[in-house]
Amino acid sequence: MNYLFLIPVLPFAGFIILALIGRRLTKSSVAFVGAGSVGLSMLVAVITAIGFLTTPPADHAVTNTLWTWMQFDGYAPSISFVLDPLSLIMVLVITIVGFLIHLYSTEFMSDDEGYSRFFAYMNLFVGSMLTLVLADNLVLLYLGWEGVGLCSYLLIGFWYKDPVNGRAARKAFIVTRIGDTAMAIGLFLLFTNLGTLNIQELMQAAHVKWPIGSDTAVLAAALLLGGALGKSAQLPLQVWLPDAMAGPTPVSALIHAATMVTAGVYLIARTHVLFELAPAVQTAVAVIGALTLLIAGFSALVQRDIKRVLAYSTISQIGYMFLALGVGAWSAAMFHFMTHAFFKALLFLGAGVVILAQHEEHDMFKMGGLRKKLPATFWTFLIGSASLSALPIVTAGFYSKDLILWQAWSSPSGGALLCAGGLLGAFITSIYTFRMVFVTFFGESKMEVSHRPGSRMIMPLMILAVFSIVGGFVEMPDTLGNVALFSNFLQPVFPVQAVQHAGIGTELLFQIIASLVSLSGIFVAYLLYFRSPRTAEKLALSSVGAKIERFWFSGWGFDWLYEKLFINPFLWIAKINKHDFIDSGYAAIASLNREVHAVLSKTQTGKIRWYAMGIVIGAVVFLGIIVMLQ
Amino acid sequence: MILLVLIIILLIGGLAAWTVDRKDSAAARWISLAALALDALVLAAFWFDSSVRSEINRGAWLVELSRPWIPQLGISFHLAMDGLSLVLVALTLFLGIISVVCSWTEIRERVGFFHLNLLWILAGILGVFLSLDLFLFYFFWELMLVPMYFLINVWGHENRVYASLKFFIFTQAGGLLMLLSILALYFFHGKETGTYTFDYTLLLGTKLPPLAAFWIMLGFLIAFIVKLPVVPFHPWLPDAHTEAPTAGSVILAGLLLKTGAYGLLRFVLPLFPDAVASISQTMLILSVIGIIYGAVLAFGQSDLKRLVAYTSISHMGFVLLGIFAGSRTALSGAVMQIVAHGVSTGALFIIVGMIQERIHTRDMGQMGGFWSAVPRLSGIALVFALASLGLPGFGNFVAEFMVLLGSYGMHPAITIFAASGLVLSAIYSLWIVQQVFHGEKKEGLRLTDLTMRETVMMAAMIIVIFWIGMFPRPLLSTAGPALLSPGHGQVQEQPVGTAGGENEQH
Repeated sequence: MNYLFLIPVLPFAGFIILALIGRRLTKSSVAFVGAGSVGLSMLVAVITAIGFLTTPPADHAVTNTLWTWMQFDGYAPSISFVLDPLSLIMVLVITIVGFLIHLYSTEFMSDDEGYSRFFAYMNLFVGSMLTLVLADNLVLLYLGWEGVGLCSYLLIGFWYKDPVNGRAARKAFIVTRIGDTAMAIGLFLLFTNLGTLNIQELMQAAHVKWPIGSDTAVLAAALLLGGALGKSAQLPLQVWLPDAMAGPTPVSALIHAATMVTAGVYLIARTHVLFELAPAVQTAVAVIGALTLLIAGFSALVQRDIKRVLAYSTISQIGYMFLALGVGAWSAAMFHFMTHAFFKALLFLGAGVVILAQHEEHDMFKMGGLRKKLPATFWTFLIGSASLSALPIVTAGFYSKDLILWQAWSSPSGGALLCAGGLLGAFITSIYTFRMVFVTFFGESKMEVSHRPGSRMIMPLMILAVFSIVGGFVEMPDTLGNVALFSNFLQPVFPVQAVQHAGIGTELLFQIIASLVSLSGIFVAYLLYFRSPRTAEKLALSSVGAKIERFWFSGWGFDWLYEKLFINPFLWIAKINKHDFIDSGYAAIASLNREVHAVLSKTQTGKIRWYAMGIVIGAVVFLGIIVMLQ
Repeated sequence: MILLVLIIILLIGGLAAWTVDRKDSAAARWISLAALALDALVLAAFWFDSSVRSEINRGAWLVELSRPWIPQLGISFHLAMDGLSLVLVALTLFLGIISVVCSWTEIRERVGFFHLNLLWILAGILGVFLSLDLFLFYFFWELMLVPMYFLINVWGHENRVYASLKFFIFTQAGGLLMLLSILALYFFHGKETGTYTFDYTLLLGTKLPPLAAFWIMLGFLIAFIVKLPVVPFHPWLPDAHTEAPTAGSVILAGLLLKTGAYGLLRFVLPLFPDAVASISQTMLILSVIGIIYGAVLAFGQSDLKRLVAYTSISHMGFVLLGIFAGSRTALSGAVMQIVAHGVSTGALFIIVGMIQERIHTRDMGQMGGFWSAVPRLSGIALVFALASLGLPGFGNFVAEFMVLLGSYGMHPAITIFAASGLVLSAIYSLWIVQQVFHGEKKEGLRLTDLTMRETVMMAAMIIVIFWIGMFPRPLLSTAGPALLSPGHGQVQEQPVGTAGGENEQH
């Protein structure tokens, strides 16, 4: 007997309590239940983790089956959780970051009338996310997968009175559901061919049954990739994430940065065997990742809304994870997932403090000079930014991004082009990140500070700032200490990455280049947005510059394209067929009947002469017919 | 005897409610509720009997009643219940109780006559689910039709006369074809064997010339797919659902449509296996058309009730797909969909009814922002909107997932198109949430949140839809074995891997 199920069940319990009686509870009780349930779940997770590390279980996995769920021909999926190194890392990040964000929210949301509703949804989210990562079969994973999508929808549209938020929420749900449907079809395909949906058995069966590059494997991997693209906001399904910023900032931090949007990365890592059997799809993953990280990076460069900068940055960083997955650097992808969860949650929470302090203003260019007024926020935000920009040696982001870039270069399936894309992306990342820092925190102050964060908001920032630095020291390259705690821990799950080791010298040279790229990006941001802000303005005002800016600002026109291609035709069809043209076919039969009736009833004149005439004509006609036929 | 008792209690209850109405209309409601509750108790006692449960696992007839009725013509009063009909009877009684409760304040005129009609419809439906004599089946088929006509015609909304007539003509036309087919089958069987009988168990396995089999099958098929309904035989549905009083809509969507599905499962598949094979491809294509067409139509509506009505067409597409896919998993999924759709769409109709009772309109343009005014109603509506879009955790997900999973192995292309229903259902369901519950509240709207009666009723429905979503096994294992051997004569040729799995339970 183990208590694994408590990890997802505790947040669910919090949700049920809040959903049923939340409105009648005081705010402090709501906060207690909402943050407490996730806190408890975190405690269980940490205790489980300690047990897992001190006495590793056989096969490196613990299973906890609750009950049999459905019944298919030859296979019955269960409500069953399994903990292995991969899910353990996910669980720890979700519960720890999740708890910190809940703690932060108890203060951030304190003036909101939907206080209990907020925590109910957040708890439901954490429970679903934990179910997703702990599920031992793809059906249960799908339950968590849809559950987090639901919570994302509910929380993006949390301030439901504004239809704009509702639209953003629906967009997020429907776009991701398109991906989810592809994934569901992938599940059908896997089940039809392999007869199970248990992840372990599935991977083994696929390995045995399908040769590398077999059509079925390629199709299955491509369909799962569809789900991952939607959830993780990658090309071409990335359009929903920037609009998702309509939700409260802690939601953006938890769901749209740290956890849910990385579910796609988890899915691919979890089913990596399948992707290894489908090299074409795996290459697609790498290419999509590289393209997405660039496209989103350029869009982040020109945003004015601080949350939209972070949103595009998230898309871009997940692009890095996809790049890593695509070149087979599984543990590097998970490593970047972890460090990204820390620093991006930190940045979002910092942005939340800023927005609250600036009268709900989101436009960075209306802010400024906050460095002095919000010192703790400034320093933690700076640490987060440094980590996002991969500032060499001292930040977690450096170690994870460097690992990805290095493996994109050195892995057999990597290459110069992918690596160059990653490097260019790193350069852009530094620019947009420090553009944000300089515009928001430096320069002259433009607005009074209306709200100063209390300890429940500052503490999570501090803790996440610490993680954003030390989180990287669990995995350091050969050239710098050679620590491999993280990848060794994941060893049982992932195959050893075949590295075309080009020697320590090359690796060192590579790191120096990557470091210089990061630093020069910061320097460019410094020049453009601190030393002489005029230059940036001039650039943006030139006719070509303005066009490019608009194009990038709108996210490369994808929204426009989809509206023309899909939304408008759908609306048009729905509108013209509102009254169901099939029904009018039946209506035609009915009115034909009525017409005939009208004509025939005219013959009923009541005049004997007409009737007699009719009989005579009828008799003549019939006699005529008889004569003719003979 | 239990089968007859179930039906008779409802028939007598209806008459009693009608007679007491002259003195006290409240008593009519109570009598009606008591009759259904009594029925439910009888059924529950039967279901939980341990000897019955082992019979269920064998897929046998659990209880049977056969008396000669018009022996000269080979007509008998033959009722029987297996796991499939047990599940459907349970659904009938549950939704019956819900229908009485949801009409508690909505119906204020001719209360007794209303409950007479209501209970007689339910009795007719029980008869349909339990009859094993085709003549008797046809009798009950008509019995449920006439009171339903009155229900729409008397207590319906603005356009009720048109809607009730349309409903009657469509189903009657289908019923006529079925009657012809029943008679043809009767004579073919009589000629071949010398025994003229309407008994289902005897008619099973009748050797028919292929052409005759096809046309006879077609008569049954059309009657049932008009009822289901399948595009292009659906136009009666939106009108009937929209104009019927709430209880009428609940019964229409939750039960009457399901008699069509039941007819396909019980009669069309086992009686005409070869003829069915020749037409199943067409049915699969129609099912996909229904899924997509219904969903697009639903999204286009501005009348909330009409919107919900069109979603039924889409959801019934999954039932049709499951029935004709030729896979056991899909077949079980179809039965799940019958139950889950009955509960979730019934609940949505009740929600529309509660809104209409409060603001006297069904036009979504006049709604909006309900969430802040009536949080309880809104929260419950959200739950059923999510169930309707097939969110995992609810019964609808289990149903649609099993249908699609089972179909994929047989017809991948069809299944992929059908899966688009998952996206389309999200579009219309979330559109309801946006138009009615989110947004800014309209000026001058006066709303009161749910009463105790309404809350309890909706809570019961939420528990059921969630229960069958998380613990569908009791339901699947009740209906499953019976599906395995429809008619209990011949066993389908599907690979059987379903009996096991018990050992995994903790």
